[in-house]
Amino acid sequence: MSLTFNDRLPDVDKLFIPFIVAGDPHPDVTIELALTLQEAGAAIIELGIPYSDPLADGPTIQSASLRALKNNMTLEKAMELVGTMRKKGLKIPVVVFTYYNPVLQLGENRFFTLANKNGIDGLLIPDLPYEESENLRERCESENVKFISLVAPTSSKRIEKIASSAQGFLYCVSSLGVTGVRDSLNEDVLGFLSEVKQYSKIPVAVGFGISNSSHVKLLQDHCDGIVIGSALVKKIEELNGSLVDPSTREASLKEFKEYVESIISPIKPCEV
Amino acid sequence: MIKVPDINGRFGEFGGKFVPETLMQPLEEIELALKEALEDPDFRNEYFDNLREYSGRPTALTYAKNVTQRLGGAKIYLKREDLNHTGAHKINNAIGQALLAKRMGKKKIIAETGAGQHGVASATVAARFGMECKVFMGEEDIARQKLNVFRMQLLGAEVIPVSSGNKTLKDATNEAIRYWVSNCTDHFYIIGSVVGPHPYPKMVRDFQRVIGDEAREQFLEREGKLPTKIVACVGGGSNSIGMFYPFLEDSVEMIGVEAAGKGVNTDLHAATITKGTKGIIHGSLTYLLQDEYGQITEPYSISAGLDYPGVGPEHAYLADTGRVKYESVTDAEALDALQLLTREEGIIPAIESAHALAKAFEKAAEMKPDETLLVCLSGRGDKDVHSIMEVLEGGVEA
Repeated sequence: MSLTFNDRLPDVDKLFIPFIVAGDPHPDVTIELALTLQEAGAAIIELGIPYSDPLADGPTIQSASLRALKNNMTLEKAMELVGTMRKKGLKIPVVVFTYYNPVLQLGENRFFTLANKNGIDGLLIPDLPYEESENLRERCESENVKFISLVAPTSSKRIEKIASSAQGFLYCVSSLGVTGVRDSLNEDVLGFLSEVKQYSKIPVAVGFGISNSSHVKLLQDHCDGIVIGSALVKKIEELNGSLVDPSTREASLKEFKEYVESIISPIKPCEV
Repeated sequence: MIKVPDINGRFGEFGGKFVPETLMQPLEEIELALKEALEDPDFRNEYFDNLREYSGRPTALTYAKNVTQRLGGAKIYLKREDLNHTGAHKINNAIGQALLAKRMGKKKIIAETGAGQHGVASATVAARFGMECKVFMGEEDIARQKLNVFRMQLLGAEVIPVSSGNKTLKDATNEAIRYWVSNCTDHFYIIGSVVGPHPYPKMVRDFQRVIGDEAREQFLEREGKLPTKIVACVGGGSNSIGMFYPFLEDSVEMIGVEAAGKGVNTDLHAATITKGTKGIIHGSLTYLLQDEYGQITEPYSISAGLDYPGVGPEHAYLADTGRVKYESVTDAEALDALQLLTREEGIIPAIESAHALAKAFEKAAEMKPDETLLVCLSGRGDKDVHSIMEVLEGGVEA
C-alpha cells in the first residue's frame, strides 16, 4: 500500500501551501523549487499545470503558464516530474492544480495511473465546481487521491454542501477575482473563514492574493493553512534566467528560499 | 427530440457549468431571474416592444428572385437580420439580456466582441437603458474593425483591449470572464453567442428564437408550406440556433455552415464541428479546436465573427443527434457568394452571412424549382467593406 495524503502531511499547526507552475522557468528547476519549498517549511505543494485558457488566473500565472507551455510542458510530463521529485527526497503531499480540459484529454484512467505511479496525493480543478465533479470526486476517493474543493465569498448557501464533500483541505478563495497579488485583503475574509470553519471537518486553507507577511499575520489565526501562489511565481519570474543557468541556480534558490521564509515568517515553519 | 437543456444545463452530454466556484452563485441568480422573466408577461411585452419599436422587427423575408433564376434550382428566401438596428441579429439578444440585467438591478454591463457586432449591440442597449458598458476586444480585432471600435466609443462604451493569446475573440472572452469573476456582484455579463456556462446557451437561444419564429410564420404566409432546407452560418452559433430552434420538430432539412478558412485540410480554419474534438471552453463542454494535450488552439477565418475555436453546446448536440448537418465553406467561396448577392440583389451581406449564402447557393442549384430554401442573412456587410476591399482590390489572397 502506497503512502496517502494524510501519511505525507506533516504534523503542524498551520499548513503553508505554496503554488508553482510545472515547467516554469524549466522542468529541472521546478524539481529544485519544490525541494527548496519543502526545506522552507511547505506542508503541501500545489503544482500548477500550464493551460492556454486559464479562467481563474491573473496575469502573473498566465505568463508563467505561457513560459511553461513554450517548454512543452504537459499534464503527463508534470506528473512525471513529481515522480522525480519523490526520488530526490520530496516527502510532503503534492496536489496537482489543473483546469479540467487537460484531464479530459489525458483520460481519467491514465490520470490515476500516473498519479499513483508518481506519488500524487491531490487534485484541484478550479473550473470543476461541485455540481460537475461528483463522478470524479468518487473516483478520487477510490484511488486515494484527495479531490480538493474550493469555496468562494459568493458561495453563501453552497458552503455547507461543498464542505460536507470536501477532501484533504478546503480551499477558501479570499476574495472575488482571479489569482494574483493584492495590496490589501478585504477584512470580510475573516467572517467568511469563520463561517466555513463551522462546516468543515478538514483543514481550512485560504488563498488568492496572499503575498506578504502582514497578510499571513492577519489570516493565520483564522484558518488552518495559507496558500501562496502569484507572489512566488512572480519571484520565480524575476529569477528566471539565473534559475535556469546551472552556475547561478544554487544562489537563486537560496534567494528564493529566503524570500519564501520572509513571507511566512509569522508562522512557525515546520520541520520535515 | 427531447427537451434540452436539462436542469443541469446539459444538451445531451454537452453544455454544463465549468466555471470557477465564484461564478456559480451569480449563474444560479441569472438562471432564476431568466425563468421568472420569461414567464412574466410584462417582461415579454417590454422585450417585444423594444424589438418592434427600437430594432425594427419583424425583419423582412426577401425572395432572392434574381439569384434563384440564375441558379435555376430551389426558390431562395433571405431572412433579413441585416435590417435590424445596428445591422445584425446580435441586437435581439443584447436587448433581452440588458432588460434582464435591468430587472436584476444591475447597472453595469460587460461584453466581449470579435467582429464588433455584439460589442456595438451591447453598447447600444447600454446607451438606451442608461447603463455603464465595458467591451473586451482583442487587439487584433481592434485593428481589423476600427469602425466598430469607434461606434462603441461614440455610444459611450469603454473598449478594453485584450493582449493575451492571439488577441481575438477567444482571448476577449477569457478576459471578460476574468473581469466578471472580480466584479460579479454588480456587473451583468452579456455573452454574445450561444456559448458559455449554463444558462447562457439557453438564454441566448431564447432571445434569438424570434428569428426562426418570425421566419416560420412569414414563410407559411408566402409559400403556404415550410421551407425544404434552411441554411445559417455558425461561429458560436447564435443566429443559426435562433433560426433552427423553432423548426426542430418539423421535417425541414437544416444545415449549419462553419468557416473553412483556407480549407479544412489546412491549419487555417474555424470548422469546429467538422474538425474539432470534445472538450471544455468558456464553461461549456462542446466541440472545440484543441491539441492532444487539451490546449485550445487558435482558429482562423477571414471573418472576425466566425474565428472562434468552440461552438455552442446545443449545436454539438444537434450535430451528434444528426438533426442538423454541419458543413463548411472557405474564405474564397464566401467572398464569391458575397459578390453574387451584392450584384444580383443589391444587398451587401456580412462575410459571416456570406458563408451561409455560399452553401445555400450550392444546395439550391442542386434542388428542384418547386423546392424552397431559407437562408439566415445574419448581418449587413458595411463593417466588412474594408476587409473585402483589401482582398478584392489589394491582391491579398483569399
